[in-house]
Amino acid sequence: MEIKKGVAVSPGITIAKSLIIDSEDYRIPRRTIKPTQRMIEIQRVRNAFKTAADELAQLKAEQKTIEQRKIKDIFAVHLSFLRDKNLRRKITDLIHSELVTAEYAVSTTLREIASIFTKVKDAYISERAADIYDIERRLLKQLLGGKREDVERLTEEVAVVARNLSPTQTAGFDKKFVKGLATDAGGRTSHTAIVARSLGIPAVVALEDLTETISVGDIVIIDGNRGIVVVNPDDETMRQYEEYSHEFTELEHRLDAIKEEPAVTRDGVRITLLANIEFPDEAEVVLQKGGEGIGLYRTEFLFLNRPSDPTEEDHYQAYAETVRVFKHRPVIIRTVDLGADKYTQSKRFVREPNPFLGLRSIRFCLQNLTMFKTQLRAILRASVLGEVKIMFPLITHLQELMQTKMILRDVMEDLDEESIAYNRDIKIGVMIETPSAALTAFTIARDVDFFSIGTNDLVQYTLAVDRGNELVSTLYSSVDPAVLRLIRTVIQDAHKAQIELSVCGEMASEPEYIMLLLGMGVRTISLTPPMIPEIKQIIRSVTIEDCNNVARVVLGMNSERQISSYLRDAARKILPEAF
Amino acid sequence: MQADEDTLEKVVFETEVEIKNADGLHMRPAMQFVDVANQFECDITVSNNENSVDGKSIMQMSMLAATCGTRLKIKAEGADAQQAIDALSELVEKKHFDEPTPGDPKKR
Repeated sequence: MEIKKGVAVSPGITIAKSLIIDSEDYRIPRRTIKPTQRMIEIQRVRNAFKTAADELAQLKAEQKTIEQRKIKDIFAVHLSFLRDKNLRRKITDLIHSELVTAEYAVSTTLREIASIFTKVKDAYISERAADIYDIERRLLKQLLGGKREDVERLTEEVAVVARNLSPTQTAGFDKKFVKGLATDAGGRTSHTAIVARSLGIPAVVALEDLTETISVGDIVIIDGNRGIVVVNPDDETMRQYEEYSHEFTELEHRLDAIKEEPAVTRDGVRITLLANIEFPDEAEVVLQKGGEGIGLYRTEFLFLNRPSDPTEEDHYQAYAETVRVFKHRPVIIRTVDLGADKYTQSKRFVREPNPFLGLRSIRFCLQNLTMFKTQLRAILRASVLGEVKIMFPLITHLQELMQTKMILRDVMEDLDEESIAYNRDIKIGVMIETPSAALTAFTIARDVDFFSIGTNDLVQYTLAVDRGNELVSTLYSSVDPAVLRLIRTVIQDAHKAQIELSVCGEMASEPEYIMLLLGMGVRTISLTPPMIPEIKQIIRSVTIEDCNNVARVVLGMNSERQISSYLRDAARKILPEAF
Repeated sequence: MQADEDTLEKVVFETEVEIKNADGLHMRPAMQFVDVANQFECDITVSNNENSVDGKSIMQMSMLAATCGTRLKIKAEGADAQQAIDALSELVEKKHFDEPTPGDPKKR
């Protein structure tokens, strides 16, 4: 059994056999097969050789002129490899003895040959490694192409696992049988996320190396609520998840009933539940789930899956669409948070040795003013349509905030000159997600209208832990005493300065942390839309007095482990069915 | 008296050739060699000092990475072994794969 943590982008639970889609553009991971599958894989290799050879013979025949003789020779050489029984046997033997997939056997064998060529000192011979890579690609294209067709002709329910999914790949999916998606790459804004949501199936992305851990035919659990994928679950996990899946469906039905009810504690304290969204089309889901507005509108999606930067109009349309849905309920638009994890694959950015401490988020915006101003203009223009607020991410100190606000004022002046309408009193806030911002929250508070605590980054920077790195991810915790102390400081400083405060990190979507947050004084929470009903249910089951007690006890504790188990127990007592 | 199996009906021919074309046994020559070898029924083994490979496999032949001046031993076993050896020696030493040799005044 293997448990992988990624980013949940579409809710629900799926337990199904995996269908893995590799890409010839990436290294094919080693993946094992069951002994009974040997002959199928060997036959696939034979077919791939045959089809690739036919294709090459055709290409070779098309090279007729004298100038094309060189190309013809190259094709002849490749053809000779494809007809080499020795080579084919080497590959099929590998499938036989090592129980690996056809793709892996082809790839690893040819790469081994290529690496031998690369080592030869004679340049003329060593360059020939390129020919071998070409043959590899040709064979993989056959093997993978066949796989893609398989997805279009399914006979049983599957969970699709891939490095990444492109629109061409997903367009042909047999929607009756594809029950979940899990990808190595991608963010909340990836194509996979959009497709999953439109199909209404669970999806988890950013699983890093899932395709390398999984084997053909493995059973996977895709938990689109918590962003977890379990490969080959053991009996106990399987049982738990079947139960959870069942409960989840039941809970969803039951929770639908409280959709219209306010999020009020038993002793009458009103809590505001906002939603974190990625795309304009999620606005409807937020309303369905009972969200009262948008507490975090991520805008990175505008920059992904497109060849050029978005125009002011692209920005404006996206914002206007969402704001119109919410009318006079708040929509907090966060300016682009690119860099580090989200945009690194793009060639536009020079690789940084330490991207999380590098040019990301607001820093990136401040160095790319044209792009930044375009976004600010669009946000300001949309501000006349409803209750738009603007939020800056990753502010680390006051000066950065002042500089950002100055740019906003410039943009406002530009709009004034052009007589374009905008809300002059637009509320300005910052995300508190670095220890430096948390420790200086008192000064920053004087210059903003609201704070939103971004727990994900705050935890990462406070504990110096990359939660994506499995070697240290167990050290990552939102309830580490150090993190809690910073959160408390921020809440107190916001109250003293009498500005609004919300929590928008993943911590706010965790049922067991809700009582603690309320007890620490949080009254506005922004969370992933599917979790709104469950969190509301908890709020409606507790009293602020209970919460205050929980917070008092927890803030007196010195170890993360102690805090975690205490919170779990406390939550279980209040709402046994949710845990 | 027992018949020695090794000598029974087994025709074996061997020869040694030198790679003479300037660019060595790269892909195209390897392909030519394999193409010629595959015209015969007999088994063909080619060896340098270190390795011994199947002369009918382009993968194995190209992995010999024989450069100009390398000496290769060709061994053929089977009914048409003699003809195979003749044809292959001619390809390597006389035709040198239709490619220029280092001393060749023509352009490389």
